[in-house]
Amino acid sequence: MKKVLLLAVFALASAVTYAGGYRVSLQGNKALAMGHTGVAVINSSESVFFNPAALVYLEDKFSISAGVHGVFSNIAYQDSETGANARTDSPVGTPLYLYASYQATDWLAFGLGVYTPYGSSVEYEDDWAGSHLVNNIDLQAIYIQPTVSFKINDKLSFGGGPIYVTGSVNFNRNLNRTLTDLDGNRANVTIDASGVSSWGWVASTMVNLTDDLHIGATYRSEIILDAEDGTAEFENIPNSPLTPFENTSIKASLPMPAEMTVGMSYDFCESWTFAFDYNRTFWDVYNSLDIDFANEAIPDSKNARNYKNSSIYRFGMQYDATKMFTLRAGYYFDESPVREGYFAPETPRNDSNNFTAGLTVNLGEHLQIDASFLYSHFKEVDASYNYYFENGVAVPFKGTYKTNAFVPGLGLTYKL
Amino acid sequence: MKNILKYTFAVLAVGFVSCEPEFDSPVTDDGFYSSGTANLSKYVSVGNSLTAGYADGALYITGQKNSYPNIMAEQFAFVGGGEFNQPLMNDNMGGLLLGGTQITENRFVLAVDANGNPGPVRLEGTPTTDISNKLSGSFNNMGVPGAKSFHLVAPGYGNVAGVPTGSANPYFARFASSENATVVGDAAAQNPTFFSLWIGNNDILSYATSGGAGVDQTGNFDPSTYGGNDITDPNVFASVYSQQVDALTASGAKGVLVNIPEVTSIPYFTTVPTNAIPLDAATAAQLNAQFAAYNTQILPGLTAMGVITPEEAALRMINFSAGQNFPIMTDDDLTDLTTILQGAPFSLPPQLAALLGQLRQVKSDDLIVLTASSVLGTTPDPNNPQGVIGVSIPLTDQYVLAVSEQARITAASTAYNATIQALAGAKGLAFVDAKAALARVANGGVVYDGGVLTSQFVTGGAFSLDGVHPTPRGYAYTANLIIQAINDTYDATIPTVHIGNYATITVTNN
Repeated sequence: MKKVLLLAVFALASAVTYAGGYRVSLQGNKALAMGHTGVAVINSSESVFFNPAALVYLEDKFSISAGVHGVFSNIAYQDSETGANARTDSPVGTPLYLYASYQATDWLAFGLGVYTPYGSSVEYEDDWAGSHLVNNIDLQAIYIQPTVSFKINDKLSFGGGPIYVTGSVNFNRNLNRTLTDLDGNRANVTIDASGVSSWGWVASTMVNLTDDLHIGATYRSEIILDAEDGTAEFENIPNSPLTPFENTSIKASLPMPAEMTVGMSYDFCESWTFAFDYNRTFWDVYNSLDIDFANEAIPDSKNARNYKNSSIYRFGMQYDATKMFTLRAGYYFDESPVREGYFAPETPRNDSNNFTAGLTVNLGEHLQIDASFLYSHFKEVDASYNYYFENGVAVPFKGTYKTNAFVPGLGLTYKL
Repeated sequence: MKNILKYTFAVLAVGFVSCEPEFDSPVTDDGFYSSGTANLSKYVSVGNSLTAGYADGALYITGQKNSYPNIMAEQFAFVGGGEFNQPLMNDNMGGLLLGGTQITENRFVLAVDANGNPGPVRLEGTPTTDISNKLSGSFNNMGVPGAKSFHLVAPGYGNVAGVPTGSANPYFARFASSENATVVGDAAAQNPTFFSLWIGNNDILSYATSGGAGVDQTGNFDPSTYGGNDITDPNVFASVYSQQVDALTASGAKGVLVNIPEVTSIPYFTTVPTNAIPLDAATAAQLNAQFAAYNTQILPGLTAMGVITPEEAALRMINFSAGQNFPIMTDDDLTDLTTILQGAPFSLPPQLAALLGQLRQVKSDDLIVLTASSVLGTTPDPNNPQGVIGVSIPLTDQYVLAVSEQARITAASTAYNATIQALAGAKGLAFVDAKAALARVANGGVVYDGGVLTSQFVTGGAFSLDGVHPTPRGYAYTANLIIQAINDTYDATIPTVHIGNYATITVTNN
């Protein structure tokens, strides 16, 4: 019976994806299995992320959830004009999360969250056709969020807290399309910045219209990671005053955009829950990726991004099948923040359809295993990045992209 | 239960790694591109330095990797093209050794001097390619730097013993199948299904780069009597060229023939201006005074005597003015007056007579070669500041390709090109008009994704630092031309390349 159920869930599994840009929507196995909905769902300490105001309504005195997702993402590129083609061989991403909540009094709860909502790990073959834009990138941002949640009454609560972010980025690309050393090795630069930290905040509210119908809203502030003492390491530079590239320090800013989520959940027929979330990510802050080299002889690198604000529409279902099993499935549509002509290969995101499924296995009173699976489907897209310049002349990088991602996840929940 | 989950995830993990996104029609699929009626499984390229990937005055590995045949072979791989082996050099220095002694110079690189001025210099260092180390195996790229048309069918051209005497070629000596092998024989022996042939450039080019120092051998049908800088007789060219095409098509191979560009399209002849001598009014007047007797008495006198024609007299007039001036030169196509001027009524001293013997000023339609830039305006005798080359010392003939010499080159190359195009038509082979394509680069340039490809020396992008051979970008442009001709002739759809992805000159300081 257990096996049958398990197979049924995976057969059902509709697709899922992670979000546009370098947003990685993998902040909890329970929520992800329901299309990463959760702003109006009251069921676990994952609410530290999704809606801190919900924590105060949790039934358990103490709850802790931790988990990991394995991100298997692939990008294929081809240019039918030249036959150039490439596939990424990106390392498996493993975003983690940890949430704890503690019910201090009837009206007050505390929480702590550690999660990674932004990140990217893309690795092309060195010197591929778009190597003047990116060879590989590894971006990580860890959010640490102490949280407080209090209720006005059984209908209305508020929550929120400060967010401390520590991030790192490692990025390598070739300097241009042709520069090599004497032996033909392509000149390239590696930008590295780690331990970059900043502060932000989150605030949310929860409205229980009835016992079964909930509405929630969460706003997470924009956080800009300013790297003040990153490094730039140049490799395969010809020995010539005409190519004055020497290792130097850099300054760069990378924004983690603000995100507003509103949504509802509805419990029906005793054991079913439906949830809907709407996310608006304020990507317009990501206007340009600029790298300021401390060495004045090296021209600063300006890379237009011009992202636009984007929306995500999320739908999730939960079914308490047995005392032991809770099954979940979901779908979300993720709009790309990338405008036409700005399709850069380090985050080649077009609109995606995402299908999710998962389940929770209750092992006794206190322990749960949470599993989820996400499949992100991107349509094949002809796109170009038109803002790379050589000697003042724009050199568009065109081609066809096809992307997908598979994200299995596993977590544990312990509650008292 | 835990185990089930564990195994399920393990299986999924393995599955996802292999679950690659697939395009609706991948470029790597058979049939996405087509070779049409051509079979590109075994491609052999035959030619000279251009085919070898020679650049910057030498042959070196990165140049060879950007040879037009290698670029084409990479694109042929989309339509069933096979492996493409090249006789790669041992390094990126470019010079050749024979038994440990260097016999050709290293490549040029663009270096910045102490004053901050960039310019081409020879790369320093000891090269490691010794031609007495024979390469084994056969090579798809049969481009042999320095080869003229008749060399490709000359037995012994790859015999290392003949290299010191000039009867053999050091590059072919590295990979000739035997001492008596011919280039075309070794090419045909590989049974190519497809070939390219681009030969004949050196049959006029060495005459041109030597400023016309050689002899126009038109009418002489025995190439074994030719000197290195001579122009090959067009009938000799036609004869050996059709032999080569016959040999390469003997087993039914299809192919492409490429014609000979004009020398006036290459920066070696277009970089140094003909009026390179700046003079102020006083100096010009002083010089004119020195040549007054020559202009007003000697030349009219010689014309009256019937020694020279009025046209030659006009050609020989010397005149300077304030501003940019044409240098003086010796032109061996002029009547040699050295002896006559020493006799009556002129009775000039021998030294002066020799100076005036074949003297004229460079004309605007002459071409001054690139290497003249290092001698024009210099004072070879440090004790005689008045002895300036181009002003008081004539530029020697090797630095100037005179109009009369250009006419011989044009006549020969026009004849060669007629042969090439006629043979392409007769044999149903693809034909590339490299002459017209290179003229486009030289006259205004060719737009590509990132700029305009021109034949401007150093900065134009098409030509390497020897001023004669293309850069990788220039070779990529050539490869695209040939691919387009193959596509047109054989109903193929071989993809071309973005030439902006190919490098131009190499900067490095010694």
